Amino acid sequence: MVDVLLETRNLNRFFGGLHAVDDLSIRVPHGAIQAIIGPNGAGKTTLFNLITGVLLPHGGEVFFQGRPVTAWKPHAIAALGIARTFQTTKLFPHMTVLENVMVGRHCRTRSGFLAGMLNLPRTWREDREIEAKAMAILEDFGLAAHACEPASELPFGRQRLVEFARALAMEPSLLLLDEPAAGLNIYETRGLAGLIAQIRSRGVTCLVVDHDMSLVMDISDDVVVLDQGRKIAEGPPRVVQRDPEVIRVYLGDGYA
Amino acid sequence: MRFRRYLPVFIGALLIVGFQVALSAAGATYYMTQITMSAYYALVVIGLCLLMGYAGQVSLGHAGFFSIGGYTSAVLTTCNLIAWRDAPLVAWCRSLGLVFERQDLYGATILSFSPWPAFLAALVLTGLIAFLIGLPVLRLKGHYLAMATLGFGLIIYRVVLGARLFGQSDGISSVPPFPLIAGLQVNGRSAFRVQNYYIAWAVVMAAMVLAISLVNSRVGRALRSIHQNEEAAHSLGIDTYRYKLATFVLSAIFAATGGALLTHYNGSIGPGEVTVMKSVRYVAIVAVGGMASLWGALAMGILLNFLSLRGVFGTYDDVVFGAILIAMMLFAPQGLLRVPRLRLLSSLLSRRSHG
Amino acid sequence: MDLTQIVQYCLSGITIGSVYAIVAIGFNIIYNATGIINFAQGEFLIVGAMTAVSLYQVVPLPVAILLAVLITTLLGGLVELVFIRRVRDASVLQLIVITIGLSIVIREAMLHIWDEKVRSLPYFTGTSVSTVSLLGAHISPQVIWVLGVSAVVVTALTLFFRFTLTGRAMRACADDRMAARLCGTNDRWMVTLSFMLSAGIGALAGCVISPVTQTQYDMGAPLAIKGFTVAILGGLGNSIAAVAAGLLLGLLEVFMVSQFQVAYKEAVAIVVLLLVLVFRPHGLFTRREIGALRAS
Repeated sequence: MVDVLLETRNLNRFFGGLHAVDDLSIRVPHGAIQAIIGPNGAGKTTLFNLITGVLLPHGGEVFFQGRPVTAWKPHAIAALGIARTFQTTKLFPHMTVLENVMVGRHCRTRSGFLAGMLNLPRTWREDREIEAKAMAILEDFGLAAHACEPASELPFGRQRLVEFARALAMEPSLLLLDEPAAGLNIYETRGLAGLIAQIRSRGVTCLVVDHDMSLVMDISDDVVVLDQGRKIAEGPPRVVQRDPEVIRVYLGDGYA
Repeated sequence: MRFRRYLPVFIGALLIVGFQVALSAAGATYYMTQITMSAYYALVVIGLCLLMGYAGQVSLGHAGFFSIGGYTSAVLTTCNLIAWRDAPLVAWCRSLGLVFERQDLYGATILSFSPWPAFLAALVLTGLIAFLIGLPVLRLKGHYLAMATLGFGLIIYRVVLGARLFGQSDGISSVPPFPLIAGLQVNGRSAFRVQNYYIAWAVVMAAMVLAISLVNSRVGRALRSIHQNEEAAHSLGIDTYRYKLATFVLSAIFAATGGALLTHYNGSIGPGEVTVMKSVRYVAIVAVGGMASLWGALAMGILLNFLSLRGVFGTYDDVVFGAILIAMMLFAPQGLLRVPRLRLLSSLLSRRSHG
Repeated sequence: MDLTQIVQYCLSGITIGSVYAIVAIGFNIIYNATGIINFAQGEFLIVGAMTAVSLYQVVPLPVAILLAVLITTLLGGLVELVFIRRVRDASVLQLIVITIGLSIVIREAMLHIWDEKVRSLPYFTGTSVSTVSLLGAHISPQVIWVLGVSAVVVTALTLFFRFTLTGRAMRACADDRMAARLCGTNDRWMVTLSFMLSAGIGALAGCVISPVTQTQYDMGAPLAIKGFTVAILGGLGNSIAAVAAGLLLGLLEVFMVSQFQVAYKEAVAIVVLLLVLVFRPHGLFTRREIGALRAS
């Protein structure tokens, strides 16, 4: 059992003159819920994009389960067991809710072009399994009633849930949540906290980026604070909350 | 349950048979010729529908793939290797039955490839070329594939028009019939009209079955997901590049099949099959039929090609397809069946399955 | 080949190359403003030339050309207003498909208005046989016109984009449409303007090259392909590079023809296009930085 699930070392990324991620080293222990916070533009989503291979780093490395995975393609990273949700929900609009979640099972299944075209019997069992597992996840999330509706027709909060369900269908070891509370009201946010705790109890390590302080302080074991791409504080929520640098960065010099 | 998705195939088969019976009874079997030709053109459209509607890529060069299929079959079955009869390679082909002697139009003995190996060679060659084009270009954004395929189509056109091997502006004629199995042959003689009508439709229906199966499978779901949100698909472990490449090659092979068979049916092929306008036509048909609707694309393919072959559009043939393209993109970019008023019709047709 | 021949070929190549460059710049203007590849770009040249030919029958040449350019400019704006602007939430691919349809329809319209006869404008100065001597080579004075007009167009555009308010507004829109809008730029008008500009310079180029290459209703498509090749060769969106790339392609074509058959002249541009797309899709002169190229 690897102790540190995800590690980045001295990650760097520029956008033109902007140093979006500056010499960033973090470690996410196995089974933890870790949060990354920071004011807007601090580099949080860029960090996710670097980890998942969407962006190439200009320096530094990423390790998953001890293996270097820097600059791997997104689909290869996903196949390793890293799932993510997006800041703006990226569902497949013209597919049903169930189908959306079924796509999440893709990297755990195997039938290819030929088997698909010829409708071989061995695909029948696999398809049944995919559908059954997807349905089970939908039931867990209370979305079973919407299974046959086109994903784009669901209310916003439910769409978010579908995206979680889809990510979990991958049976990931690590789940990256990019601003999961964005656009949710206070009740939904509380439900979200419970959801994340539930996800962790299933053995999925969570790395959460968000602005919502109550959510972050409530659920995380550990918090990393970024400002302008650099790590300025890290530790348990209580400690970080009182860190003068963190207060200065969020509230301004007057409050430090 | 699983097979409900194939229901339209049976309905289609009934319609096809019914149509034939009606035409024969009315003594109007000559319409079958144009329908047969339209059916072979429809093979291109089915493949292109997979590419455009499911993988979300536009190809402006599918006439090129159609023609590689057709010309390869034509060249191989009409070439005359008699002068090299005893060369080792040729002798080996002869022993395998790939090459055989036959009489040509003038009674002279010629040595050419038999249709089956020529057909397979055509498919393999087309697949290979599609693979080579797609390999670098599919890494880039969508419109680069459009441009590359446009360029590819133009090159094939120039090659076919310029090289003596391909008959230049006259094309290749005297292409022999294609004997399939049990006495069935692909050829254009009127005595075989009904037979060929059914052969063409059998091929098309087989292609539809393959396509429908694919679209409803795990791979089909992956393709749809790539089309609808590529970034999300990528984050779920789908190798978008590989899937796009595979779909591109597959669609090229479908096109080549249509090209080869039509060449045997017509007994000839010419540079008119390779033009950009033909490629545009295929794209227009898929756009009208519904980007992601295989049946829509098939129906439109048959209808529009049939009308075009019968000369209904007159000299405005090209403009019609150009105008269709514009109108479709402006008013019904998802295809006619997704327009809200026609939604009921399309939901009756598809329900939980896709096609 | 002796020196005179080389100079002759070079001038020939530069002449046609500058026309390709103008077409490429037309592509780039629209691409920068909208992300669309306008397949109908080549048609603007032909429409401009044909209109000028017809107008020349009633008004003097300079007036005919001016009016033709104006009319084509308006046509470009019309095309944008009617076909491009109306499409809501269109994917770039949809818009490209529309421009393909448009190029076909415009070509048919030209066929019906002007039939398939080959026409041309008269030489601006002199006649088809007059020559001017340059570096030992004898060239038609029209070549000087082509080079001159091209240079003026490129300079004028550079100045326009750099120093005028409208030009800068267009660049802003190309960079970040929402931000430009928030600054008070009417971004939709900028898109229309980009089409009009492209159409206008296209028409001008069509007129100036018409005496040399003649004009026929279906010459738009090959021109578009070559212009597009040049645009990609220089790097899509990069108009300065387009000039260099255009001259390069023109020279390449001319020297290929001198060594091989004329029949393959058309193939040169296409082969270059495919090679560029395969090996260096971001163009010869632009750095690889562009994340915008990758599909995901």
